[in-house]
Amino acid sequence: MLEIISLTLFVSGVALVIATIIGVPLGAALALRTIPLKKIIGLIIYTGMGLPPVVVGLAVYIFLSREGALGWLGWLFTPSAMITAQVIIALPIVIGLTTSAVENVNPELRLQIRSLGATPNQVMWTILSEARAGVVAAIVAAFGGIISEVGAVMLVGGNIEGSTRVLTTAIVLETRKGDFGLALALGGVLLTLTLITNFFLLRLNRPPSS
Amino acid sequence: MKYHFSLMIAIALLAACATPVPPPQKLRLATTTSTADSGLLEYILPDFQNKFNAKVDVIAVGTGQAIELGAKGDVDVVLVHARASEDKFVADGDGINRLDVMYNDFVLVGAKEDPAKVKDMTTAKDAFAAISKASAPFVSRGDNSGTNSKEKSVWAAAQITPTKEMSWYLSIGQGMGETLLFANEKKAYTLADRGTWLSQKSKLPNLIVVVGGETINDNKDKTLLNPYGVIPVNSAKHPGVNFDLATKFANWLTSAETQKKIGEYGKDKFGQALFYPSTSK
Repeated sequence: MLEIISLTLFVSGVALVIATIIGVPLGAALALRTIPLKKIIGLIIYTGMGLPPVVVGLAVYIFLSREGALGWLGWLFTPSAMITAQVIIALPIVIGLTTSAVENVNPELRLQIRSLGATPNQVMWTILSEARAGVVAAIVAAFGGIISEVGAVMLVGGNIEGSTRVLTTAIVLETRKGDFGLALALGGVLLTLTLITNFFLLRLNRPPSS
Repeated sequence: MKYHFSLMIAIALLAACATPVPPPQKLRLATTTSTADSGLLEYILPDFQNKFNAKVDVIAVGTGQAIELGAKGDVDVVLVHARASEDKFVADGDGINRLDVMYNDFVLVGAKEDPAKVKDMTTAKDAFAAISKASAPFVSRGDNSGTNSKEKSVWAAAQITPTKEMSWYLSIGQGMGETLLFANEKKAYTLADRGTWLSQKSKLPNLIVVVGGETINDNKDKTLLNPYGVIPVNSAKHPGVNFDLATKFANWLTSAETQKKIGEYGKDKFGQALFYPSTSK
């Protein structure tokens, strides 16, 4: 049981960190810079937020399969494949909601900082700090999405006992075995984990000590 | 006014045409994923649905779950292949009037390379022992299904207890179709019911039958026989179930005509029958 819990946290945790590191700056850039086709890119990102996780899993499976383009990596049925799928699921959520949060910051603020001589990077980080609440919401939403996901991790991970079994796939297994009581209990554990993690994530909302 | 009158006549006529045929009764059948994956049900059910003006809702889940659905009265009839679980189901009073339906057999499949050199061994027990000794990759369904129970009994006969610490033993907790695809991907051994194997074979280019032969007649290991039972859910214990229709279903399933059809399924597609009717024993 402990193994399943720690793997769940490891896979979703690593995926969240990667998606955050890539997604938050990208989301801010999308909001702050003027780039060609901005509206179309925005549309694609928002559509990505609604991407069915199991379809992402299927695509990743096909790429990582023996005959697939990335089959040589040998990642199929390992946590690496699960992390890959979860990053792809989380990324649009992080980017989309970050863009929205940044766009909602008062544009006067940007002009103010620029007039004080801030570099574009300094502008971005200051605005992000102002949009903190929205960015945290983006991270929390992405985390909720990937830790509760079952289709993709089942496909690319294989639900192998002792190496790729996480809480969601374990719940599916106990259900098909007819052990509804245990499946519900595992669901309770999953909810508790999400609760605790979100408690810590929400602490990021505190203003930075100046 | 005239317009409304004609409209009323039209509706009345339509209603008159609609009433003679009563809506089909619904029968909820819980069965295993192996049975569903074989395609047998699509082949035989239309006959039942036409004969009895019924619609069969097939709920394909793991064996454990199928029995649990029956035990909760959430389905009307259960069709599984796990004798011990079936007997307990009846003993607990949840099911009644169990009937033998059909049987097929299990085969051990593995990669063409056959690292443990088990090809054409006579018994699965010997093959399992060789696989364990060679630490060759073996995939288990790990879900307490009928197939999983058979697998566990073979390990017990070989006096080996596989655990998750053994890196060659992969317990994946999934259905037969997914397990075969996984074994194909990993080039590993696995125990499969012949029905699912035959219907999925074309998608499994890396696997061949290593123990069990090409047809059930070639299978020298009699412990690999796999009998199926149909059990109506007991309405005395679960009042909401359609016991009458479930009984009709069980009787239809074991009738001479249906049994013959079961024995024919797969012959044109796979060159051999996927299931053998119980009456042919």
